[in-house]
Amino acid sequence: MVPIQSVPSSPSSLTPGDLPWIIQHREDRCTLCGRCTAVCPVQAIHLAYRRQRIPNLGIGSGNLGNSYRTFTGIRQRTEPANRCIGCGMCAMVCPNEAICPVPNPGDARVRFHMNQGGDAWKRGGRRNDTSSLLDRIIFTRISMLTDPALDAGRHEFMLNTVLGRILPPEEFLKRHASGEWIPPTREIFPFIIGSMSFGALSPNMWLGLLQGVAYLNEVLKIPVVMATGEGGCPPWILKSPFLKYIILQIASGYFGWDEIIRAIPDMQCDPAAIEIKYGQGAKPGDGGLLMWFKVSKLIARLRGVPEGVDLPSPPVHQTLYSIEESVMKMIQTMSMAWGFRVPVYPKISGSTSAKAVLNNLVRNPYAGGLLIDGVDGGTGAAYNVSMDAMGHPIASNIRECYLDLCAQGKQNEIPLFAAGGIGKNGNVAQNGMALVMLGASGVHIGKYIMQAAAGCLGNERNRCNVCNIGLCPKGITSQNPKLYRRLDPDQVAQRVVDIFLSIRTEMKKIMAPLGRSQSLPIGMSDAIGIDNKDAADRLNIRYIC
Amino acid sequence: MCRLALKTAQEAFSPYDILLAMEAMREGYDGSGLGLLLRGVRFTDYSYKEKDPILCGIAHTETALHRLDAFMRDAGFELKYDHEFTTDLAVLEAKDRHKFLARVYRLPDSWGAYTPDRRELEFMRMRLALRQDGEEHGGDLTVFSFWPDVVMIKEVGWPLEVGNALGLQENRILARVVMAQGRQNTNWGINLYACHPFFIQGVATMTNGENTAFVPIRDWLMGTHFPGYIGYQSDSEVFTHILHYTLKQLKLPLEAYKHVITPLKTEELDRHPQGPFLKGLRDACRRLIIDGPNCVMGSLPDETCLLVMDHKKLRPATIGGRPGEWAMASEICGIDAMIPDRERSLDFQPMREHTVIVPPDRKEYQIWSQFNPFPLPQAA
Repeated sequence: MVPIQSVPSSPSSLTPGDLPWIIQHREDRCTLCGRCTAVCPVQAIHLAYRRQRIPNLGIGSGNLGNSYRTFTGIRQRTEPANRCIGCGMCAMVCPNEAICPVPNPGDARVRFHMNQGGDAWKRGGRRNDTSSLLDRIIFTRISMLTDPALDAGRHEFMLNTVLGRILPPEEFLKRHASGEWIPPTREIFPFIIGSMSFGALSPNMWLGLLQGVAYLNEVLKIPVVMATGEGGCPPWILKSPFLKYIILQIASGYFGWDEIIRAIPDMQCDPAAIEIKYGQGAKPGDGGLLMWFKVSKLIARLRGVPEGVDLPSPPVHQTLYSIEESVMKMIQTMSMAWGFRVPVYPKISGSTSAKAVLNNLVRNPYAGGLLIDGVDGGTGAAYNVSMDAMGHPIASNIRECYLDLCAQGKQNEIPLFAAGGIGKNGNVAQNGMALVMLGASGVHIGKYIMQAAAGCLGNERNRCNVCNIGLCPKGITSQNPKLYRRLDPDQVAQRVVDIFLSIRTEMKKIMAPLGRSQSLPIGMSDAIGIDNKDAADRLNIRYIC
Repeated sequence: MCRLALKTAQEAFSPYDILLAMEAMREGYDGSGLGLLLRGVRFTDYSYKEKDPILCGIAHTETALHRLDAFMRDAGFELKYDHEFTTDLAVLEAKDRHKFLARVYRLPDSWGAYTPDRRELEFMRMRLALRQDGEEHGGDLTVFSFWPDVVMIKEVGWPLEVGNALGLQENRILARVVMAQGRQNTNWGINLYACHPFFIQGVATMTNGENTAFVPIRDWLMGTHFPGYIGYQSDSEVFTHILHYTLKQLKLPLEAYKHVITPLKTEELDRHPQGPFLKGLRDACRRLIIDGPNCVMGSLPDETCLLVMDHKKLRPATIGGRPGEWAMASEICGIDAMIPDRERSLDFQPMREHTVIVPPDRKEYQIWSQFNPFPLPQAA
């Protein structure tokens, strides 16, 4: 037996087979150019000198012994911090297709060692669950006889939705006649670019999104809006005419709000809305988190903090003692800041308590809607356990809230918006429209936008997911100019436009066979079905098989 | 597809004339039922006073009839006239019809003190109570209307045969307004309550086509918890309830109906003189936007008649006639049958923005466009 001292083994010693991604390297194709090792965001691979022993087996020739070959090769690191994240940038830069990561079909034991130094596993990205209930909802009510199916290509479709508090018709007429305040509303496209902060996203990504949104509104007349997330908003945008396409988010860290408040006198227009974040789907009950890697000079200035420090937001808004009071006072304060001309609504994480929040909002005459972010929502940084195990799926949560509003006859007054996992497997329009028919007035999409508009490498199989440490290999979530210059804002803008044009077409291809064109089919639950009896019962829709 | 016919005239006429018009439109339709609504009613056997309510429906058994009598007696209503239809029940498809009801009652004295609103509410409550009573007893009593000067008949079968079975050809009932619809709602199963026209507190409409936005509209109307917003055996019932909601709850003029069910587009409202008001109204009534193809014909207690299309206008309808006598139909041959010697130059097919209104004087019809300034001071 080999003496124990000679085996380099510690509790966290791992082999490539213990990692979620294994590097496959073909030496016969490698030109030793070194691009893969240079581009790898986590230094998972390195060039190493290797020696190969070649035994001489010429029996009888008197030429026994060994000869040695020395060569340079790629070696995969096995320390947990340097585990391959499967981003595949090595394959992207390799001129000879000599290298690529492959998912480990076996047992990735590194999962047990992601807490080195007692620090629980933090990451960015998504929940790592490929299943999607929304993908299973199909549209079953096809118009054929008394109501012919419509022509998606030629017919005229009203696809927009309304954001903001809507009065009951009697109250609207009364207030209009007496000249009283009528809550502000916005007519918007029902797919909204969800909250991703300036800080979580790189400047180039943000610029690309905004360019795309501006083009969609000003040239194509599709009223797409985007939300800022917690990190404030660059002053040049606050004072620009593009602010009307932006939903400004205020969250428990209040980052960036000094700049926003100071910019109010110079604003050329009102923002689309104000979103007050009380929770998010990826990490319910947890505040925002921008890790120190990403707090660059620019971000520090925007947020009013020192450079290079972790920015964990508290889980709740600290200044007030109850959520009812907090919601009421914050909504009124924000409304007042813009002269009651801007819709203000809260964002909460999917939860069994969502209905309680909703019922509170119904009684608040200033609440402009409710956004519920389900468990499949993504984030730039969170504890792994929060992402994987906390929260509530969006479909039943939104449906329950909608039916509750219906029972009160209030479903038109408080628009519900849904988020969390829409388009997680690429079916963005189908997922979004399924939620609309379950009762949502619109949906927020974040991860899908990152994947489709900027080429985010993440997926639901724990690929990449290093948004938190500022090493995004595509430059989407990095504050390092060397990385984010990889992303061309013009190309992102082009992709944003591509995405919304195609969503619009797919919406029509869904609505036309249902015979719907005059309004967004919110709550049209007779049109959908699912192949699971329990889910059908829970969602109060048709079971199909 | 449903066939719709409506005729309004200064001189009362026989509803059988309208059934003949339905016969003219028979091509390409399944004729599975008949719904009739009459206003400005005259009985040849009885001198009817227009303030007296008429109860219409079907008693399917003698027991149900007794219960009905007891209910009305307890409520203080005195039966003044019981129209005996010259029925030939053997001709009818349905075999559980005991007696078709068109009964005139005298109001209890206590109702004299009621305001008009209270009276309308009580009429509706009585109708709903009778309907519920029938439903609780295995559907042995069906009640279509209980309202002054309104007679309603609904039955399964070919319209002309139903008319013959009820003796309508004898012209013992005449009316100044007749609405007729010729199809049972085959989409949702045969149910007498699913047959058009639908009626609530004097407001009646009938529709052809399918309203694909039915479920969200129904959910919203039921959420108002107004006692009459029930039923919904047919997707078309919501058209009647939306008209009722617009006129009676919101107290808006008839012109607002089209702005509620098919609001103009944002870019059109941006150019409209009352754009901000109409946008607000559109948003507030957003859950009442219909999605056709539909043609809606209706009539109101003052004998005003209306005709509107949905936005897509895939169900054209025509109005034609001459001063004093107008007809609306889903097929032009129906107009030909109802008013053969009309002035054809007055024929009109409304477009998506139009509401055709025939006022009670019936001298001429009005074409109201959604692009016109809205006739309401509060919209200014």
